[in-house]
Amino acid sequence: MEKILLRNIDVPDSHTLAVYSSRGGYRPWEEVVKNITPERLIEEVKASGLRGRGGAGFPTGMKWSFVPKDSPKPKYMVCNADESEPGTFKDRLLIEKDPHAIIEGTLMAAYAIQSHTAFIYIRGELVFGANILERAVDEATQAGYIGKNILGSGYDVDVIVHRGAGAYICGEETALLSSLEGGRGWPKVKPPFPATHGLFGCPTVVNNVETLAALPWIIEHGAAAYAAIGTEKSKGTKLFSVSGHISKPGVYELEMGYPFMKFLQEDCGGVSNGRKLKGVIPGGGSMPVLRPDELEKVNLDYESVQAAGSLLGSGGVIVMDDATCMVRAAWNLARFFAHESCGQCSPCREGCHWMEKIFHRIEQGEGRKGDLELILNVSGNIMGNTICPFGDAAAMPAAAFIKKYREEFEEHIAQKRCTVRME
Amino acid sequence: MALEFSPETYKKFEETVARYPRKEAALLPVLCLAQKEFGHLGQEAIEYVAQLMGQSPARVCGVVSFYTMLNTKPIGWHHIQICRTLPCALRGAEKLTSFISKTLGIEVGQTTADGRFTLSEVECLASCGTAPMMQINDDYYENLTDDKVTEILASLK
Repeated sequence: MEKILLRNIDVPDSHTLAVYSSRGGYRPWEEVVKNITPERLIEEVKASGLRGRGGAGFPTGMKWSFVPKDSPKPKYMVCNADESEPGTFKDRLLIEKDPHAIIEGTLMAAYAIQSHTAFIYIRGELVFGANILERAVDEATQAGYIGKNILGSGYDVDVIVHRGAGAYICGEETALLSSLEGGRGWPKVKPPFPATHGLFGCPTVVNNVETLAALPWIIEHGAAAYAAIGTEKSKGTKLFSVSGHISKPGVYELEMGYPFMKFLQEDCGGVSNGRKLKGVIPGGGSMPVLRPDELEKVNLDYESVQAAGSLLGSGGVIVMDDATCMVRAAWNLARFFAHESCGQCSPCREGCHWMEKIFHRIEQGEGRKGDLELILNVSGNIMGNTICPFGDAAAMPAAAFIKKYREEFEEHIAQKRCTVRME
Repeated sequence: MALEFSPETYKKFEETVARYPRKEAALLPVLCLAQKEFGHLGQEAIEYVAQLMGQSPARVCGVVSFYTMLNTKPIGWHHIQICRTLPCALRGAEKLTSFISKTLGIEVGQTTADGRFTLSEVECLASCGTAPMMQINDDYYENLTDDKVTEILASLK
């Protein structure tokens, strides 16, 4: 398979403009800004079938088309580089190894919606990545790809690298915008959507790093070439971050629709230390876990993973072997969500802490009869009752762990101890 | 004496604010500048930033308390932050934390008596494929073993 997203990362100094240009970089941007109208660009990206890679999988061209053309307000483009989903580290690789592809994609998206100010919101912990991006923006500005009257086209755009300060929720697009406005990272009620009421109430598009990094290739090779890859509804390639009990952890680029078990066994070398597979979280920590028997027929595309009862999400694949205590794993993620809840909606603010406490007492051998029903009840009361998808993201995995490994949880409560030990 | 930016930092502050379409959007970068300059964001630093940004101290305080990277209390010279989220936990993050805790003689959340090290546990740092890992100040240290950690800590002393 031809690599689209990881095409540059193994080349020495791939993060520099010199290397990126020598491999055809910024030629698609030149083509766009000189010869393609914003309307045609949006149509082209719609035709490619590209869907958002941050987790939701919303069609990218469609998202752009919601921005009103006649708005008197300024428009803003934001690249979401706040990668914080447990098990996901694909954007970080692109940021560090191919920053110009992200910038080129950001410029195209800004042009599509005719925005003159673009932000790259990068999580604060990624200091190394932010420095690389800033240097890359400087290089691209000096080369005339960013700034005023770009390549004589009459189009202006400025790119600002903005660092976060540590908050998982800022990866949610409306929370990101609240943060970028200088406030707490609090999600906003949708509708209105950012396309009409985003940053400072102005039309705004937020796209994930991986989504934007695919754009230069799509423009260079054409929408049809991209749409020819993948399945009927999940087009193109996607990055998968593989972690946990796996022989070859790392970031892999796969054609959408690739068989899951083949990927784990052949590409990633199978479960580490010759152990057996116990479960996999296929789409980052906020997605339901799948048992090995549920994985057999799963392919890595949005529809197939959903049919199996989970979601493709960010493509963060967390592998757990048969020595993993699922109570402890569930508690670990519940603790994550309890820590990261922004505190706005009471079902999430209270519920995440309750789930964490109950999982913890079960794990500690102090679980009570009825605790599992209690967690399922709390989880059910969070689902769908919060401003943003964080509530569901905390509730879904908690319920899935209990439903799929119920015997182990009951054993834990009955025996007042763990019968499997996490290494 | 009241806290204030050095002339160099003040210049950086002005440049930062000028980059943004609206002044309030620059609050996080300005708070980061202040933390770098003052070490942590105590009451005085918050009041100073609030005055610079034309906002109320209460609002700035609300923002500071929301973000994990903004410290309201002094921390050690080397801030060791060990990722504790599932992918790292599956690969031995807890053992790593106990090892560092024992080596430094402090619990998670504490600072060594000489003020050199603060030990924290943090949530996912997007480095799951190279777990277990930790961040010390601005740098990531990945694929950690006890030996590697011993070496890293020795190099920081």
